[in-house]
Amino acid sequence: MNVLEINNVTKRFGNLVAVRDVSLNVAKGEMCAIIGPNGAGKTTFFNLISGFFPPTSGSIRFDGQDITKLSTHERVTRGMARTFQVTEIFPELTVFENVRIATEVASGYRLRPWINRAEQAQVQARVEETLKLVSLETKTGRLVGELAHGDQRAAEIAMALALKPHLLLLDEPTAGMGDQETFQITQLIRRLHRESNYTIVLIEHDMRVVFHLADRICVLDQGRMLAQGTPQEIAANETVQAAYLGTAA
Amino acid sequence: MTTEQTRKLIVLAAIWAALIFAPYWMVPLGGYTALATRVLVLGLAAMSLNFLLGFTGVLSFGHAAYFGLGAYGAGLTLKFLAASTPLALLLGMLLGGVCGGLLGTLIVRRRGVYFAMVTIAFGQVFYYIAFQWSSLTGGDDGLRGFSRQPLDLGLFKIDILSSANYFYFFVLFCFALAVGAMGFILRSPFGRTMIAIRENERRSRFLGIPVERHIWIAFTLSCFFMGLAGALYALVNNFADPKGLHYSQSGDFVMMAVMGGMRSFWGPLLGATVFVVLQDYLSSVTVNWMSFVGLLFVLVVLFFPRGLLGFLQRSKA
Repeated sequence: MNVLEINNVTKRFGNLVAVRDVSLNVAKGEMCAIIGPNGAGKTTFFNLISGFFPPTSGSIRFDGQDITKLSTHERVTRGMARTFQVTEIFPELTVFENVRIATEVASGYRLRPWINRAEQAQVQARVEETLKLVSLETKTGRLVGELAHGDQRAAEIAMALALKPHLLLLDEPTAGMGDQETFQITQLIRRLHRESNYTIVLIEHDMRVVFHLADRICVLDQGRMLAQGTPQEIAANETVQAAYLGTAA
Repeated sequence: MTTEQTRKLIVLAAIWAALIFAPYWMVPLGGYTALATRVLVLGLAAMSLNFLLGFTGVLSFGHAAYFGLGAYGAGLTLKFLAASTPLALLLGMLLGGVCGGLLGTLIVRRRGVYFAMVTIAFGQVFYYIAFQWSSLTGGDDGLRGFSRQPLDLGLFKIDILSSANYFYFFVLFCFALAVGAMGFILRSPFGRTMIAIRENERRSRFLGIPVERHIWIAFTLSCFFMGLAGALYALVNNFADPKGLHYSQSGDFVMMAVMGGMRSFWGPLLGATVFVVLQDYLSSVTVNWMSFVGLLFVLVVLFFPRGLLGFLQRSKA
């Protein structure tokens, strides 16, 4: 079954066509990577999926339902979570508080003026479980703004995971990281995919990461879907090599 | 209990003790009970504004409108409807809150500077209504001809009209209820979504929080508290003044909140205390008292960006 079905979406900004007639299906449990040179429309494509703005034409279905016209928070409520190229967190709150907010919203408590002890304990347990998943359990009391870049990323991913998403969208999870941090985050994403069976779509620049992680790779170029396929197929694809990977790859 | 929690508890106990015994320690220091009452009421107003400014992160520059509406609501109730202090407070609070809730639906669509501008504009609408509609509101002269009524508790009456101390304790009781409610909300899951919005609106949206709706709720709640403060203010003076609706009054509230420290719960009360006491003292010395308050405000903003309370907390830590 497909978690995400994108049919012929196009996004124009005035004269610029940022995304042109792109279609993509993502099956349950799949890890799909989107690559492409700068300005290829990857982030715009992500923004269309997560509801930043509506597409000019085309449709998006999520879990079998049309979500083309739904707002961001409605998509999140239906089980879509995302991270950003530039980490979006609550820097002046602790790691625990960051994930607690996500957990409470996901538990449907966001409008509650009070919370009883049993619910509080349940939230606490879920926050701790989520933090363990991303290996932040020893840093719960630290302010997120004071953490290293890689840990901030992990905290952002933890917030997304706390939403118990059916689909996880990761926008350049290793952007701006050194080798060590890149390795850690890659291991984390791999675990989420292999062990926890999350369905993941990610944008990534680091080819080592992409070829290491993805079941399927989609290449965008100038807003178009240039090619889709397994890492082996993409590596062998001559059009892709010409457009993006260069002769060195 | 951690030392941090113990320290917080001690500070909290000290604040409430200072407030409860204010009529007894202020007088020997050269103050008077009615001044303490004014501090409480304007402090409540500044804390209500800060519920929105400091904890949701949106700046309303027109909150005096809901303060003034509360005052007129209470005054008109006492003058035309019934001689009941609790009813006057309730209706004043409702008038401020309901008007805030209705206008809030339009206001929350804007952010930042535009949010502030729209709140000013709506605030001024109420000012001009109160100013022009003389037959009902008394126009420029303000609403007169009413006074707070003794509280009838069945078995006995509490004379809050002629006893300044009784009135102070009554205001303190209302203040405690409102401040308790604010504190309670801020510790709840809903309160945490307010702080989330303040910290990072985009992240909040992508956690599935309908940001506009949550800001609207915070705005409306803040207007209810503001309405209560305004209603109490009408009882303090037995008078409702159109200037209480004016945007310069909104500016005073923002000043109190920022001066005291808008990131802390109690900061605005400290700001209001400094503001009211300085106003009381300086205005008997010079007509230009506002320049001195303004100078202090500038100094605080420049040197203690977290406000007076933020400065006190840091120097202690």
